[in-house]
Amino acid sequence: MKIAVCIKRVPDTETRVKVGPDGKTLDESGAKFILNPYDEFAVEEALRRKEQAGAGEVVVLSLGPAATQETIRTALAMGADRGILLQTDRVPADGLEVARVLAGELRDGGWDLVFFGKMAIDDYNHQVGPMVAELLGLACVTAVTHLEIADGKGIAQREIEGGIEVVEFPLPAVLTADKGLNEPRYPALKGIMAAKKKPLEVKPVTPGAGGLEVLAMTPPAERPAGKIVGEGPDAVPTLVRLLREEAKVL
Amino acid sequence: MSAVLAVCEQRDGVLRKVAREVVTGARRLADGLGATVDALVPGSGPVEGSAELGRFGADRVVTVTAGAFARYAPEALGQAIAERARSGGYRAVVFAATATGKDLAPRVAARLGAALAQEVTDVVVEDGAVIVTRPVYAGKALLKLRLRSEPALVSLRPNVFTPVERPRAGTAETVALDLPVGRVVTREIKAPEAGALDVGEAPIVISGGRGLKDPANFRLLEELAAAFGGKAAVGASRAVVDAGWRPHADQVGQTGKTVSPSLYIAVGISGAIQHLAGMRTSKVIVAINQDKDAPIFKVADYGIVGDLFQIVPRLTEEIRKLHG
Repeated sequence: MKIAVCIKRVPDTETRVKVGPDGKTLDESGAKFILNPYDEFAVEEALRRKEQAGAGEVVVLSLGPAATQETIRTALAMGADRGILLQTDRVPADGLEVARVLAGELRDGGWDLVFFGKMAIDDYNHQVGPMVAELLGLACVTAVTHLEIADGKGIAQREIEGGIEVVEFPLPAVLTADKGLNEPRYPALKGIMAAKKKPLEVKPVTPGAGGLEVLAMTPPAERPAGKIVGEGPDAVPTLVRLLREEAKVL
Repeated sequence: MSAVLAVCEQRDGVLRKVAREVVTGARRLADGLGATVDALVPGSGPVEGSAELGRFGADRVVTVTAGAFARYAPEALGQAIAERARSGGYRAVVFAATATGKDLAPRVAARLGAALAQEVTDVVVEDGAVIVTRPVYAGKALLKLRLRSEPALVSLRPNVFTPVERPRAGTAETVALDLPVGRVVTREIKAPEAGALDVGEAPIVISGGRGLKDPANFRLLEELAAAFGGKAAVGASRAVVDAGWRPHADQVGQTGKTVSPSLYIAVGISGAIQHLAGMRTSKVIVAINQDKDAPIFKVADYGIVGDLFQIVPRLTEEIRKLHG
C-alpha cells in the first residue's frame, strides 16, 4: 500500500490572531505552529492502512516555508516513512494553485491512497484535497468519518446535514479526513528520535498567484458588551422577555 | 446578458431550504454585475419547491434531471455543472457551503481552472469584480478577497444570507441529461432521527459543555430544544465531544462546526477561545454558567449566573408557555 498524506503547518487553535503590518496577513510573532488537527487524522489513517496491508510506504507532503520541516517531522514521529517539503515562503490564497503544485508532485507516483485533512484550521479553504483529485483524475471522498477498505474498493461514511452518507469508491482515491475517523497516536519518544533520521527532501517551488487576491485582513467586529440578566432561575422570565422584546428572536 | 448560476440542493426530491439563501446571494451578485440568475436544480425527476425560486430572484429555474442525481453523485454533478458553467458564459457560480456544496464546489473549480472562495459571509460587486468576505482562523479574523477568475466560484455559509423576496419570472426549464453516476457512488443516507436538525443549519442552537457534569444530563438541553418546536438543535463543546459524551457532528468550535444561528444558548460552557470562534457570529448569544467570570459572558448578549440544573428546566417551562 503506497500512501501519500498532504499536511499543513497552521497556528495553534489557542493563538490570539493579530493582523500583520501589511493589513493582509497574520502577524506570526508569538504564534505557535502545529500540524493541522484534521491532518493528524489523515496521518493516523494512512499509518493504519499501511499496518493493515502489512507492507507499503507512507509519504508526507507539505507546501510551506522552511519551518514546515518541523511539522513534517511531527508526522514522521507518528510513524510516516519519509517527507517531502515543497518549499515556498508564499503560500497562495487560491487553493487551486496549492493543488496544482501538490498534484504535480503526486502525479504518476503510483499511490493507492492520498489523504488530506478535510480542511486547514487557518484559512478554512476546504478545497485542496478534492481539487488535487480532479487534477489527477482520481476518485475522491471528502470529510470521511469512517472507512473500510478491501479488495481495491472502499466504503466511506461522511456526515451531511442531518444524516450520514455511505459512499462506495474504487482505489486509487483521494480521501479527506474528518474528526471521528480515528484517534491519532501521540508520537512516542522512540518515534521522535527515529524521525530525526528519516529522509526529508526539500524541493523549492514557485506556486502561481492564482485568481484570489487578498485585499484585507481585519479583526471581526467586537460584540457589544452584553448584560448579566440576573442570578438563578428567577432571572429566566426577564431573559425570555428580553429575548422577545429587545432581541426579537423568540 | 451575462448570468450567475445558483446551484441548488435537493434531498429525496424536495428542494433544501438553503437553496433560497443561494438564490438570494446569487441575486445580489447578479444585481451588481447587471446579470440574470439561473437556478440550477439537479434531481432524478421534478423537485418539489423549485417553483418558489423565482420569488427569491431566479430569472430561470433549470431542473437538470438524470438518474444519477437521485442521491449526491459528486462526479456526475461536478461534470454537469462545469459543462454548463463553461458553455453558459456565467460570471459567477454560487453554491451553499453545506457538506454537499463544500465537496462539489472544489471539483467544479478544478475542472474550470477557476478560483473558489468557500464559506463566504458576504458578497459584493465592486468595479465589476466579485469581492467576498470570509472568516479565517475560525472567525478570529475576516479576509476580504477579490476573485479574478471567470466564472468566480463562491459557496455561502448557511444561515448568513437571509432569504429576501425579489420576485423574478422564475421561468421553468427542464434539461434531461444522460450521465453515468461515476466512480464515487452514494449507497445510502443514514438518517439519525426523523426531523433532527443539523447544528450548522438550525436557527436556534443550544450547546452544552462540561458544566452538564454527565452525558445523561444533555436530556435537559434536548427538552429545551424540543420546547422550541423543531427549530432548535443541540450542540456541544470540544471538551464533551472529546470525552465521548456527544458525537463530533454536534461540536461547535474551531475543530467542529462554525454556526451562525439567530439564537445561541451556551449552557455550562466556559468559552475557550476555540469555542468562541465557532459561534461568535450568532445573532444573539445567551450564556448560562455557574462562574460569573467565565469568558463566555464577554461575548454573550444576555447571561444568567447560577445553577444550570435549576435554570434550564425553568427556561424550558417558559419557552413551552410561549409556544403552548
